Amino acid sequence: MALSADEAARFAVVLEDHQEALVTVWTERVASTLRGRLSQAELQRQNTELRRGFQQALAGAAQDLSGESAAELRAQLSELSSTRARQGFSATETAVSIFAFKEAVLATLDAQDSTNASTLRDYVALSALVDEAALFTFDSYVRVREELIADQTEQLLELSTPVVKLWEGVVAVPLVGTLDSARAQVVMERLLQTLVDTSSPYAIIDITGVPAVDTQVAQHILKTVVAARLMGADCIISGIRPQIAQTIVALGIEFGDIATKATLADALRYVLAQTSKKGR
Amino acid sequence: MNEPAQRIEVASDQDVVRVRQLVRTLAVAVKLSLVDQTKLVTAASELARNTLVYGGGGWVEVAQTDNGRRKGIRIVFSDQGPGIADLDLAFTDGYTSGGGLGLGLSGARRLVDEFDIVTAAGEGTTITVTKWCR
Repeated sequence: MALSADEAARFAVVLEDHQEALVTVWTERVASTLRGRLSQAELQRQNTELRRGFQQALAGAAQDLSGESAAELRAQLSELSSTRARQGFSATETAVSIFAFKEAVLATLDAQDSTNASTLRDYVALSALVDEAALFTFDSYVRVREELIADQTEQLLELSTPVVKLWEGVVAVPLVGTLDSARAQVVMERLLQTLVDTSSPYAIIDITGVPAVDTQVAQHILKTVVAARLMGADCIISGIRPQIAQTIVALGIEFGDIATKATLADALRYVLAQTSKKGR
Repeated sequence: MNEPAQRIEVASDQDVVRVRQLVRTLAVAVKLSLVDQTKLVTAASELARNTLVYGGGGWVEVAQTDNGRRKGIRIVFSDQGPGIADLDLAFTDGYTSGGGLGLGLSGARRLVDEFDIVTAAGEGTTITVTKWCR
């Protein structure tokens, strides 16, 4: 049941005339659902603005949320969802803040004497608009959260693949966590670039922090080693724990002539022995 | 009696990671040794990835099991993909129809105690593996 132009205009007047009472009731309701995690003053400010948004939309004869006159309101709702999402509120808590607007309007209507059947019809029509607004909040909330997650995934990718210089001519990549294709790609690029930048002849790939080495992980590591070799660098794989060694054997993965060591310290000792042998 | 099985739908790489985590949790719960945990988790990782890559997605069910004497973990991998026409070929080390090392299926069989595969061309694949506590 969409809002007619008449009804919209009537509510615009109600929202304007009773703004203070309305915002007070609304803020109380929202505050009780958020249990003090947002200050009363902050809520009051948000609701005052949102009330103005609703009022302007209605004054502009908005029949639903998609109209031109509701553009301002939509922007405010997106803004609200985005701040709530970043503050860690749940989607329900965010949407309920909007639903509570209905209760506030009802309380305002109750306070008037002229409550009758037509008021009820009006209210149901307005209710549809508020529902739409709440659903819109819900949608924007989910979108903001998805953006947040995508950002964090990217940051994590950057964070979890450092290439460190261990010694003169020796760089190391300590791998931690799951090595999927995206991360393997980042690792390979970083390692190869660092090899060039530091002109290191040795690279150590440490897999102590990789919980399970399956064929996909092994394949990624092997490809990285081959690429490093093409650039003239020798790769050593370290951090092969007993259970990983047995699993690799059972799987039948061959590391060929690639040097592998149990610990990073062993790998470094091995590299230093190699360099002193070559008299570098 | 057996615990209820936990099912994970496999539709993306993240789901393979979830399968791995679930298997590890249950393997720790039935007190598999560290080596057996790692073997089972690796086998689960291989087979779940096969379900995803070759079977086009499906589901994995992980449950504790018991044969009266020993406890263990039973995992079922099922997909409605193209199935495997030539099992002997598929179990040959180094053979792959994708871009992998060709060790996943045969390697996974070596990593578990019991391995059962039901498949036919065009009818999907269901693999059941069991690892017992020593």
